[in-house]
Amino acid sequence: MAILTFREALGQAMDEEMARDPDVFLMGEEVAQYDGAYKVSKGLLQKYGPKRVIDSPISEAGFAGLGIGAAMVGLKPIIEMMTWNFGIQALDQIINHAAKMHYMSGGQFTVPIVFRGPNGAAHMLGSQHSQNLDPILTHIPGLKVISVATPADGKGLLKAAIRDPNPVIFLESEMIYGMKGEVPDDPDFILPIGVGERKRTGSDVTIITWGKILHTAMEACAVLAKEGIEVDLIDPRTLVPLDEALLFESVRKTHRVVIVEENWPFSSVGSHISDRIQSECFDDMDAPVARVCQEPVPVPYAEHLEERALPSVARIVEAVKRVCYRS
Amino acid sequence: MKKKQSHSPDQLLSFYKEMLTYRRFEERVNLAYTQQKFSGFCHLHIGQEAVCVGVQAALQADDYVIAGYRSHTLAIAKGIPAREVFAELFGKVTGCSRGKGGSMHMFSKTHRFLGGHGIVGGQAPLAVGVGFAIQYRGESNVIVCYLGDAAMNQGQVFEAMNMAATWKLPVLFLVENNRYGMGTDIRRTTSVDQLSKRALAFDMANSEIDGMNVITVHNHVNEIVTNMRKHPAPYLLEVMTYRYKGHSVSDPGAYRTKEEVLEYQKQDPLLQLAAVLKDQKLATEKELIEWDETIREEVKEAERFADESPIPDLSELWKHVLVEE
Repeated sequence: MAILTFREALGQAMDEEMARDPDVFLMGEEVAQYDGAYKVSKGLLQKYGPKRVIDSPISEAGFAGLGIGAAMVGLKPIIEMMTWNFGIQALDQIINHAAKMHYMSGGQFTVPIVFRGPNGAAHMLGSQHSQNLDPILTHIPGLKVISVATPADGKGLLKAAIRDPNPVIFLESEMIYGMKGEVPDDPDFILPIGVGERKRTGSDVTIITWGKILHTAMEACAVLAKEGIEVDLIDPRTLVPLDEALLFESVRKTHRVVIVEENWPFSSVGSHISDRIQSECFDDMDAPVARVCQEPVPVPYAEHLEERALPSVARIVEAVKRVCYRS
Repeated sequence: MKKKQSHSPDQLLSFYKEMLTYRRFEERVNLAYTQQKFSGFCHLHIGQEAVCVGVQAALQADDYVIAGYRSHTLAIAKGIPAREVFAELFGKVTGCSRGKGGSMHMFSKTHRFLGGHGIVGGQAPLAVGVGFAIQYRGESNVIVCYLGDAAMNQGQVFEAMNMAATWKLPVLFLVENNRYGMGTDIRRTTSVDQLSKRALAFDMANSEIDGMNVITVHNHVNEIVTNMRKHPAPYLLEVMTYRYKGHSVSDPGAYRTKEEVLEYQKQDPLLQLAAVLKDQKLATEKELIEWDETIREEVKEAERFADESPIPDLSELWKHVLVEE
């Protein structure tokens, strides 16, 4: 085990996969000479050269489409979005082309591509740089969607994403690039796509969450433990396909669930998970499903307004107490 | 581009028969549509046959083609059997996309036909990706990216051309300028309507040619592609052509005059080449009529295949969403 930052873990994943497979290349804005806007691709240009680590123009739709075309004829592109807010420019290519090519060609063409980059609010970046795309991207059949919160999960699942024959969306966060954690050294360390993980064991209530807000939920768990409430904390890690078995198993144990997500509440990932739980675990429930989401407003700039817009320890604690009838 | 390549009698006859096949194919498709044998959108290529025939004759089997939604005949030209295109239109499992693509989404991995795409201009970045892969692997083949005139106003096409030109990728952007983006005269929406000139912004080679003459198309594309194999770089070729039918079969064409259509039909690619064949004594009027009868039968046979083919099993609904490992 090595202690790596989240960005180092992702960089190592790409490095190992590029060493393993000459068809893997990395393209995006500032990924080469600048070492990546968030330094995730640090050192890759020196190691693999400009043929395989390519600075793109600021043309998200264009280079997303370039990746898809290259994937259709057998290359395995990693396309970095400097942020998924810019990735919105590429949604035509991702939704209309990457997600549908295999299906509408009757299974002839595959698109083995990874689109990766930071997702969601960071800190005081303003409305246009603070959005989560997981509800939009998980809505589209034909895409796999991964959202990770720890260095080990980042490395294991990014490697799996690069090896996957499907288009995979890989959601990161600016706020956790510097976060450290233990990461296995084995170059064949892979985490299976579609398998979640119990991040904390408890029997009183289930929290389901993913991405960087997992760390806020962990803090809430510590607060709640002091008050005698033990949380079963479930991170699906992959949103599509979703590890429903793990979610249901936890809910059937605790009979109470809070879904915490950095998405707006309407048509979110959490609303879907909530639907699945009420549909599959109805008789096991002792309280309605509770959800902690972003406030349904564009994420504001002013620090205190932004803080209030996002899920917080206080709001998570409040929701958990509500489903435990302890408020 | 002035130098004319001499064409053998066999080549000229083959051009004629291919163009006639595509004309009769699309007419038959039109008939089947009006008979309500299939539904959805249906964009016919009638009038524009010289383009795909001239282009295809300049390509090798390992070259790639990608296109927009007006692509039944482009798919056949690239090697997909006509009956599989017909079956695709009828939503049959024997169709080239297993009945899951339809009129706008013909595909063949074997024939390196990368679709049939329905988002105007969306195929341009994909084409650049294929050009990137060709360069990445050090191959000498090329990709032809068919675009309509109206696609030239999509932002993605600018992005694609810029990348292709910056990285010197072997992509032939081929604009079939049939003068109308659906029902809108291109001049009403485009500041510089000489579309080939867009290439100047990217320092990209470009030209404009008569797309109603198959010999002209073949000569030009052959020279462009031959050069591109040796010196990879993108090229923007504007091919002036005209569609006789509406944008889709449901379009009555109220935005243009009957006289305009008749004027273009005087330059019909089949009439032009028939005159050459007769002039050079390569075919008699009687032979032209006989070929037409044979081709009509072949096209009917393609339709019969489509008619008699099975529809996809219901299980196909859930297949191919993701690659099944």
